[in-house]
Amino acid sequence: MASVSIQQTQKYFGQTHIIKGVSIDIADGEFCVLVGPSGCGKSTLLRMIAGLEEISGGQISIGGKVVNNMPPKERDIAMVFQNYALYPHMTVRDNMAFSLMLAKREKSVIDERVGKAAGILGLNQLLDRYPRQLSGGQRQRVAMGRAIVRDPQVFLFDEPLSNLDAKLRVQMRTEIKELHQRLKTTSIYVTHDQIEAMTMADKIVVMRDGLVEQIGTPLELYDNPANQFVAGFIGSPSMNFLPGTVMRSGGNVGVQLSDGVVLQMPSGTAGADGQKVIFGTRPEHVELVGGSEGVAAEVVVVEPTGADTQVYSKISGTEVTTIFRERHDFKPGSTIRLRPDPTRAHLFDAANGNRLAA
Amino acid sequence: MHAAVKEPAVPRGSGLGALGRLSNNVTFLGLLFMLPAAALLLVFLTYPLGLGMWLGLTDTKIGRSGEFIGLENYQALWDDDVFWLSVRTTILYTSVASFFKFVLGLWLALLLNQNIAFKSFMRAILLLPWIVPTTLSAIAFWWIYDSQFSIISWALTKMGLIHGYIDFLGDGWNARWSVIAANVWRGIPFVAISLLAGLQTISPSLYEAATIDGASPWQNFRFITYPLLTPIIAIVMTFSVLFTFTDFQLIYVITRGGPVNYTHLMATLSFQRAIPGGNLAEGAAIAMAMVPFLIGAILISFFGLQRRAWQQGSKD
Ligand SMILES: Nc1ncnc2c1ncn2[C@@H]1O[C@H](COP(=O)(O)OP(=O)(O)OP(=O)(O)O)[C@@H](O)[C@H]1O
Ligand SMILES: [Mg+2]
Repeated sequence: MASVSIQQTQKYFGQTHIIKGVSIDIADGEFCVLVGPSGCGKSTLLRMIAGLEEISGGQISIGGKVVNNMPPKERDIAMVFQNYALYPHMTVRDNMAFSLMLAKREKSVIDERVGKAAGILGLNQLLDRYPRQLSGGQRQRVAMGRAIVRDPQVFLFDEPLSNLDAKLRVQMRTEIKELHQRLKTTSIYVTHDQIEAMTMADKIVVMRDGLVEQIGTPLELYDNPANQFVAGFIGSPSMNFLPGTVMRSGGNVGVQLSDGVVLQMPSGTAGADGQKVIFGTRPEHVELVGGSEGVAAEVVVVEPTGADTQVYSKISGTEVTTIFRERHDFKPGSTIRLRPDPTRAHLFDAANGNRLAA
Repeated sequence: MHAAVKEPAVPRGSGLGALGRLSNNVTFLGLLFMLPAAALLLVFLTYPLGLGMWLGLTDTKIGRSGEFIGLENYQALWDDDVFWLSVRTTILYTSVASFFKFVLGLWLALLLNQNIAFKSFMRAILLLPWIVPTTLSAIAFWWIYDSQFSIISWALTKMGLIHGYIDFLGDGWNARWSVIAANVWRGIPFVAISLLAGLQTISPSLYEAATIDGASPWQNFRFITYPLLTPIIAIVMTFSVLFTFTDFQLIYVITRGGPVNYTHLMATLSFQRAIPGGNLAEGAAIAMAMVPFLIGAILISFFGLQRRAWQQGSKD
């Protein structure tokens, strides 16, 4: 086990700047998840840590040792690939034993370690099968088994669950998390699925376009997103954004939406009078109200999921998603009144997307 | 409800005529669809083969239709030193040339599978020996091996490595190595390009996984590339061996079997005896004598080509 430190790391592919100075500190034993939209450079960064891509600038160290020029096998890392990359001509046993075999470990040690890993992952019955004879979830487990027999300093995962169906994904998510709690090996996990990030991570790194947008625990990112991008990326369904203007009169602060409705904000709210802002509120922080309170919204679609009801509606032309614990049966086209919880709403500067400090 | 589900199956068959029923019969349809291929095989493969087999059992000469004489031709071949010489030469030619084609072809394929400069240009160049008509390249080799104008001899003399010109085609063993070299040159593109195609089906992430697992480049080859390539190697080398064993053009143009039958392969000897020599029956018998060797090669590759356990889904 070891800490991983990434300092001002850069990556160029030819002339293209892909990683533009990323710094992340990952503590020993931590489960760190890299999230971000497709093409933002998550895999590239992970492959740089693994030693599969050269580091164009900056520094990466594992366990205090700078690894910039170290070949992958000396870095003492194990990686689980998105397509699993199981050796098709080797049995499950040989797949898992391969690294130990290359390291010329004794047969008894290999058998013991493979047996132990197979036990942890429930692969005992499958040791003599070939990858072709396994289901997707089983292959996924073999790929993890191959990583854990090595007992590495760091596990690297590149979207390991994206080839599985939704149900299995949830199950494997839990298994990986359990495995981490058991082995306590430092892990870096790449995904573009923010639910995976929220449920598994000790620390989430949100990336966009080769840069880090924010680093924090799942709840920090959920409660205090640094900017509109992070706010929209973390949380599902994602946060609603309504354009508006800050209105100050006396001690009262409000945000006026485009159709003139003013939402009252708590007194400590930042923002100068007349400043253009984006008002952000999560679907679960909107309340259904009666009479003339709140804002009028025109119902578009109602989706009952059983546990709760998702209502898509429009507030002055902007689509808004809301989630209610109660069951509702609104007619599409009818008007309801919604009141966002002002204490849990966020204001973002319309000019640059940064959150206005409270 | 249960009866209703089964009902449609009964009237469907009975409502149609005999032709309709036949057209639903899978076996009949299968035979019908195989007919064109079977006809082609019959005309272009079975007939010549049968004719050759028949001629080998007669004493046919050019201009004189022969009579059945049983195995006399084969008895004559059994005591024919030139025939046995050609058998030994053919085996030597095939094994040595195939070996070098495999090693060099694999090496080139691995090289071209790397990210090298001018990749597509290099691949195009590699195909050249394959594109040039065999006779043309054979004539080129004939010049290269000429006793007075050989560019190899010339170059080696200029470099001061040898003093007299090499007699490539006049000496028996020299001639053998020379035609083998020509065959290797000619056959490498087929092996290299086929293996390159095979290499490209191997997912790069396997190499990445192996590298992280601690494999050196050699171990990557030994444990990943080579085992995953074996099915393709088996196919390619079967074809390569068959082509080499039945080779005719190169020998015929470069040496005509000389000097003193030293480079006669079974195919060239068969032709030599049948057409210029006029003894069709004997030529046919020599050609037929190649069949057991070819069947042997095919059997070996049949077992080599069998799907390996890791290639198939499950064992049942
Ligand atoms: N070998 C390469 N040569 C040139 N550009 C590359 C190379 N590999 C990746 N890129 C580019 O780098 C950028 C980041 O790629 P990367 O694979 O890291 O994205 P990602 O965040 O993992 O996305 P995804 O979620 O889709 O996997 C992309 O724009 C991609 O086109
Ligand atoms: Mg990726």
